[in-house]
Amino acid sequence: MSQMPQQAAVPKCPSCEEPLESGDRFCGACGYDLSVVPARPEDSPTLAVNGAVPAPDGVDWPVARDSDGHGHPAPLHAAAELPGTDSGGSPLLPPPPPAPPTAPPAAPAAAAQSPAPGVRFDRPDEPDEYPLQAPDPRLTGEHGAAAQVPAPPAGPPAAEKVCVACRAGRVDDDGYCENCGHAQPRERDHMEQESGPVAAVSDRGLRHHRNEDAFSVGCTALPDGAPASVAIVCDGVSSATRPDDASLAASRAAGDSLLGALPRGTHPQQAMHDAILAASRAVNALADEPATAREQAPHQNAPACTLVGAVVTAGLLVVGWVGDSRVYWVPADRSTPPARLTEDDSWAAQMVAAGLMNEAEAYADERAHAITGWLGADAYELEPHTASFKPDRAGVVVVCTDGLWNYAESAEEMAEAVPLDAAARPLHGARVLVGHALDGGGHDNVTVALLPFPAPPQGAGSA
Amino acid sequence: MRSGMANFSKSNVPQFAVDVYQNEYLPEGGREVNAIVTVTATGGGTVGSALAAPHLYSPGQGPSAAVALMVDCSGSMDYPPTKMRNARDATAAAIDTLRDGVHFTVVAGTHVAKEVYPGGGRLAVADATTRAQAKQALRSLGAGGGTAIGTWLRLADRLLATADVAIRHGILLTDGRNEHESPEDLRAALDSCAGRFTCDARGVGTDWEVKEVTGIASALLGTADIVADPAGLAADFTRMMETAMGKEVADVALRLWTPVGTTVKFVKQVAPTVEELTGRRTEAGPRAGDYPTGSWGDESRDYHVCVEVPAAGLGQEMLAARVSLVIPEPGGSVQNLGAQGLVRAVWTDDMAASTSINPQVAHYTGQAELAQAIQQGLDLRKAGDIDGATAKLGRAVQLAGASGNADTAKLLAKVVDVVDAAAGTVRLKAKVEEADEMTLETRSTKTVRVKK
Repeated sequence: MSQMPQQAAVPKCPSCEEPLESGDRFCGACGYDLSVVPARPEDSPTLAVNGAVPAPDGVDWPVARDSDGHGHPAPLHAAAELPGTDSGGSPLLPPPPPAPPTAPPAAPAAAAQSPAPGVRFDRPDEPDEYPLQAPDPRLTGEHGAAAQVPAPPAGPPAAEKVCVACRAGRVDDDGYCENCGHAQPRERDHMEQESGPVAAVSDRGLRHHRNEDAFSVGCTALPDGAPASVAIVCDGVSSATRPDDASLAASRAAGDSLLGALPRGTHPQQAMHDAILAASRAVNALADEPATAREQAPHQNAPACTLVGAVVTAGLLVVGWVGDSRVYWVPADRSTPPARLTEDDSWAAQMVAAGLMNEAEAYADERAHAITGWLGADAYELEPHTASFKPDRAGVVVVCTDGLWNYAESAEEMAEAVPLDAAARPLHGARVLVGHALDGGGHDNVTVALLPFPAPPQGAGSA
Repeated sequence: MRSGMANFSKSNVPQFAVDVYQNEYLPEGGREVNAIVTVTATGGGTVGSALAAPHLYSPGQGPSAAVALMVDCSGSMDYPPTKMRNARDATAAAIDTLRDGVHFTVVAGTHVAKEVYPGGGRLAVADATTRAQAKQALRSLGAGGGTAIGTWLRLADRLLATADVAIRHGILLTDGRNEHESPEDLRAALDSCAGRFTCDARGVGTDWEVKEVTGIASALLGTADIVADPAGLAADFTRMMETAMGKEVADVALRLWTPVGTTVKFVKQVAPTVEELTGRRTEAGPRAGDYPTGSWGDESRDYHVCVEVPAAGLGQEMLAARVSLVIPEPGGSVQNLGAQGLVRAVWTDDMAASTSINPQVAHYTGQAELAQAIQQGLDLRKAGDIDGATAKLGRAVQLAGASGNADTAKLLAKVVDVVDAAAGTVRLKAKVEEADEMTLETRSTKTVRVKK
């Protein structure tokens, strides 16, 4: 991904948005301790561009002075206090004999160099810069913590054999009405799934004949027993062959990869990077397969899709993406600003990034939504983007395809659409968001996953 | 898009595969769905070497078959005398190509039909002895009398019906016009023979009527061609008989199912030749109809199916047609050959998707227009409409060039002077050999497949 231009906007107080002057140590308006905000690191972070909220550190995470300073009854857990459970709520298997940790146990040192919250790292080989709790060697090792269920279809009842269109014909084996010929609802037309605290909903929308989106959600536990939740959302590229196969393969491969790596102690950002590579391989492999009878075309091209994913662990939010599917952060306290956490691999974003157009010009162009990055054998060069965030407060992470964000583009619009109880009722929240897109016209397939982000454990965010 | 699969397997019957090429995307309100359906038969056990050495091909190895050779013996066959001799030689060559065990007969055709071999209302069974006897009998063939092709076909039909065989085929040679019976008589004979045996038809010389010969082949699902030089007959007859011996299964019908409210606009074979089948539909149960395709060896043919479906909303998908292959059996039942293809309709607001034309559909639409332009151009030329003929044949030159139909382009170049092939600018040649004009007309329906 090309670099985004550094925001030249005046720095503002992270707490009250009062413009700051260089050298200020406390906000002149609210007295916020600005020393809590570390200096910008040197690793050319890209910024979440949602124009409305420019900030010196990219996404301007509101940093709390005190973790209990907002009056929210957010649960404060030390990671180790949470027993890992599988998606059914059952206790995890006892850990097997210890194995060498795969993540560097260098938390204190790393914490000392802790970069600003909200800084994105596109270099996954440096995950040790994050103040993660060191893996407990007694708990490290592979065990059956991963709990992932493939997205179950919410298909029609099995007994339903009469055509939904004409109500007269029988439905034959290939899913068409024997009387009027109309295609019957397919299992992927509408899918819903809950896994632990995470939920996702995907819908065909109102204008497309099939759902080319796919998702994968799951939850697992880190080696120290702290819970981790995972969501992957993929959008098949319609101009390519078998887009629905691509999105399904990518979402499954990435989900499986994450749920396998996290319990082994792999740093979540590294795990996200690896998951994108695994998804890429899965999509590439489709191009080598003999085409299915149904979709074989004389001049087919390689299947392709976008991917966006998020991992939530105690105190840490990792996102990863390729393409124009997005992650939004919506804090539980709606008086604090929401943010978009991903930067599209799109023509418009690149034009803006290169300084060739302003945002308004770029997004008005008919090429605006052409994606410049994707998973698939014909991708020029795979550039997985990953970023880590350490929100200091509770909220909900929205992982979605453009079928949703086309109807809630800015972070503020998205926050508006997310129900207030989304963290407590993520499935309901995801349904509401899909409904928002359908009410807006449902021109595309719509997929959204919601991951509640609990308020971080006390002290986890500062060193 | 392409769809389809084959999974039929039975000894001596080829496996059929159906592939569908189409752009299934329609704009809002769109109703017309076009698809090219490729039917391919493979693995029927046709043995090439057995055809090259038929005497080594023991009875029972191929499908049971019966063949009637109908040779024109009208008076004109003696002008020039080489014509009759060449016809005898060609018939002998065809007899030599008969596989052992195949039932056969030779019919001499004039204003009446006469059994030449074996006679007595029977069929001979091919072996060394009967082949020799048949060739001996050919020596008695002499020219004299008129031409009533309907009588030849009716006799062939009666003789072929005496054998209980899988494949029934005729080979018909004529050198003149069907002058001794009415067109209605010929039509009635063709109607009564259609579906009972297939027949290839050949015109030798240039005194025969192209539409009569092509009409016979079309009605009886065989091939038509011109053999302008009688010396070329033997090679042509050998090839025809080899093809006939390669047939493995007869009476295959293309079955088209369409949903309620859907109209079949046309069904035509478009490769290897253009053959209109729309009017030859036999109803086959609710919303289904059968279109005859004749007998099949290891070969591949393309069909253009065009249906009009009721408009549906954006995002809707429906099955516009289901294509399968069946063999009708006595008593109204059918043997289903397993393969099937789906023609779909999907409504989208993606203009790029809904406005693109499938390359196969575009190609064969052009090939069908090419055949029609040649036929119309030659008809106009005969009627003296020079401007009309020039326009039609110019269009034909343009289409033949653009689609890579080199054989047809070559034939056109013998009838018109091409000024600008890409623009379709031509001049009618002042003097055209009759054989060249008849060759162009006879072969106007030959198509080429899509360039890869």
